[in-house]
Amino acid sequence: MSDLTALTLAGARAALRDKKTSSVELTRAYLDAIDKARALNAYIAVTAEAALASATQSDARFAKGDARPLEGLPLGIKDLYATEGVHTQACSHILDGFKPSYESTVTSHLWRDGALMLGKLNMDEFAMGSSNETSYYGPVASPWLPPNWSVEQARAALHGDKQGLLTPGGSSGGSACAVAAHLCLAATASDTGGSIRQPAAITGTVGIKPTYGRCSRWGMVAFASSLDQAGPIARDIRDAAIMLKSMAGYDPKDSTCYDAPVPDYEAAVGRSVKGMKIGIPREYRLDGMRGDIEALWGEGAKWLKAAGAQIVDVNLPHTRHALPAYYIVAPAEASSNLARYDGVRYGLREAGSDIIDLYEKTRARGFGAEVRRRLMIGTYVLSAGYYDAYYVRAQKIRTLIKRDFESVFAQGVDAILAPATPSPAFGIGEKGSGDPVEMYLNDVFTVTVNMAGLPGIAVPAGLSLNGLPLGLQLIGRPFDEETLFALGAVIEQSAPRTPTPDAWWA
Amino acid sequence: MSVDQATVRRIARLARIAVDESEIPHLQGEINAILSFVEELSAVDVEGVEPMTSVIPMKLPMREDVVTDGEIAAKVLANAPLSEDGFFLVPKVIE
Repeated sequence: MSDLTALTLAGARAALRDKKTSSVELTRAYLDAIDKARALNAYIAVTAEAALASATQSDARFAKGDARPLEGLPLGIKDLYATEGVHTQACSHILDGFKPSYESTVTSHLWRDGALMLGKLNMDEFAMGSSNETSYYGPVASPWLPPNWSVEQARAALHGDKQGLLTPGGSSGGSACAVAAHLCLAATASDTGGSIRQPAAITGTVGIKPTYGRCSRWGMVAFASSLDQAGPIARDIRDAAIMLKSMAGYDPKDSTCYDAPVPDYEAAVGRSVKGMKIGIPREYRLDGMRGDIEALWGEGAKWLKAAGAQIVDVNLPHTRHALPAYYIVAPAEASSNLARYDGVRYGLREAGSDIIDLYEKTRARGFGAEVRRRLMIGTYVLSAGYYDAYYVRAQKIRTLIKRDFESVFAQGVDAILAPATPSPAFGIGEKGSGDPVEMYLNDVFTVTVNMAGLPGIAVPAGLSLNGLPLGLQLIGRPFDEETLFALGAVIEQSAPRTPTPDAWWA
Repeated sequence: MSVDQATVRRIARLARIAVDESEIPHLQGEINAILSFVEELSAVDVEGVEPMTSVIPMKLPMREDVVTDGEIAAKVLANAPLSEDGFFLVPKVIE
């Protein structure tokens, strides 16, 4: 089979079970595709030998008839998951050379189920960014061509400074790029303010941030601990459901991990949504909203209605405060979490005249500009005299945001439908160079969900006026990811199929 | 609220990040841009609202107070930039 990488995760799973291909053949096809796509910069480390060794073992299991649920399926792993003995730096220079002596719980679940790793995926440094441009390893180019660009023009930019090519979003930009460009079957990602849903939406892929506590955070490089959550980016709803089922589950090593059985999410794909009540939040209709996004949002509601759901208007009055409150809470938690990078126990070390000088020089050289900026904001809002005015107030506003959702769900609403992003993909070098807030506005529709700990899924729903992917977002009740998969499948079935970008880079 | 240049220096010191004098005006501008973005929060009525401590209502799990790992000094030190005889090495801190 020459088009092995065209198979979805579910398709590859069936092909392996039916002995139409082998895990070694499938893995080779991906390693070959990765090699041809080096310039996209999606992978920052490729573990070819280990992948092929694991594929060989999987093929032996197929031969013996004891294949596990994800046996022999090649995945990409975001660089913030600790992978034993393999590059794990959250794409920061400060973790220079770090190779953990342990495996994250989420990835160990995937390996327990038989999956294998192709390599580590690029991301914004410490997941702080919405365009993958803050990575120490450089930006990732989206597999989607900029509107009106020729292949020659794009190839020239790809091998030059990449300016003007589209970003795949962020922070999980490598994950979204690799999935959209067929450089892995599916990928792990993580979401603190929109880092799964925003890149998925603008690359035409599916991304789900599950409920806070659904996946263990153990072995994930921490950014903002009360907001961070693991989740997959995949090619379709079914694949995302298969991935999440394996990634989720209780872990005593994370005290915020939820102790309850993981449902069979795949069984929810195709389930009827008849009689479900879908809320359309008035406050998400922003001034100056793009016409194509507003139209798509209306289409989405029509598709769900045609499938038997009931559409109701709802109010989430504190929505507009979510993004500013996030930019207090997240940097505050980051400034505390990233205090551990001191040049003593791991990673980069710059010599200093005394220990303080060593800390200060190491951190100045090891952290990029965006991370330094957020650490300083976080330090400021937690400092004496400002703690109550900023941090405590932001946490109170968080309570109000969560109450908004609770009262909507108490009215019998099963899920909320909203846009995923305020715009389609933008260009590398286009945003945030003067004013950091310009980049932060990308998360305006996603960040409320993290502040309230709820599950949210981004589903491809159509193309923008200039032909780029756009996604819709569904927000669910705590631990009701199944409803999101059922509703997401309706959108997937109803929407015009988002095409796969041609491999212009190869 | 906005910060002056002395405050920028103080924050950098608290955050243990060396900042060159030439970077101060630029940093001040960026920090003030973010502070003005969050300024609207001061107008929100939060009277009587509890600050959030746990986004999902759940009890912290308890476990037996027993040692569950350890004896892995070599693994702990494996990524240290400098170590000797089972210790992390730092510049002299006690005269």
